[in-house]
Amino acid sequence: MRNLFAVAILAGIYSLLSAGVFTVLDAVDVAFTEAAVGAGIATVLMLGTLSLVGWEAKAAAHRPFLPLFVVIFTGGTLIYGTLDMPPLGGPDNPVHHHVVPRYIEESPQEVGPPNIVTSVLASYRGYDTLGETTVVFTAVVGVLLLLARFGISRHEEKRRWRRRGLG
Amino acid sequence: MRDQIILRIATKVLVPLILLFALYVQFHGDYGPGGGFQAGVIFAAAFILYGLVYGVGQAQMVLSLRFARACAALGVLLYASVGVVALLLGGNFLDYDVLAHDPVHGQHNGILLVELGVGITVFGVMVAIFYSFAGRGRADS
Repeated sequence: MRNLFAVAILAGIYSLLSAGVFTVLDAVDVAFTEAAVGAGIATVLMLGTLSLVGWEAKAAAHRPFLPLFVVIFTGGTLIYGTLDMPPLGGPDNPVHHHVVPRYIEESPQEVGPPNIVTSVLASYRGYDTLGETTVVFTAVVGVLLLLARFGISRHEEKRRWRRRGLG
Repeated sequence: MRDQIILRIATKVLVPLILLFALYVQFHGDYGPGGGFQAGVIFAAAFILYGLVYGVGQAQMVLSLRFARACAALGVLLYASVGVVALLLGGNFLDYDVLAHDPVHGQHNGILLVELGVGITVFGVMVAIFYSFAGRGRADS
């Protein structure tokens, strides 16, 4: 498929479908994030990028066999890895026996919020969430260093927009 | 999109509702699904929708890139300062128990502030990234 517009929209649809899968798996908070970021903003950013670089993919200069082999090998390895996994939703799965009973039983007294996800995210794992927020902040620092035009004053920026008739 | 009257009017109707929903997700995250991250993204989505329909120039007059950048830094600062305040009050870093007279209230205050920090950062980051992608190559003529 050479039309990158279709590729971007398909990626958005894929994201929305995975948000549906997360909802079915009762991970509503994750589904929420996936729908808002993956299907919404990421698609808009991809379309914004495409409007700068063009809507058609260039023809590949090399044969597709090596990439195809890498993809099939990686996919095969991942599927082989899932064969070892405990059954989905099984009560004896290790994930239900480490710290989860403590969160479910104690968090209403210890932390308070009825949404245990919030308790874990903001309180028990508050240090990790601080790290994640810092990562998000670092991402924008990187993007701005690469893309933003520094050295233009706010006044000049507005003047340019007005001159283009966009302001 | 000067001629797209339906899109323009629909955007005008939708933007305040999206902002309101974002605030709901932010401050109701303790009770239902959602929280700072989702709220920040939805709040930013309102401005991104406005920018898509009315032009990035118009959106930047409502909310400048400078402000979005400041938000991105401010949220992390708010989050980290909650931790430092907990340290100064005699607890561990990010230990919210000491933020109020009893631990559960302290936890509640801490979570509220921390989620607000996450929301502000994510909002600023999303808007700043959108501005730098969408505004690139068009303003400098």
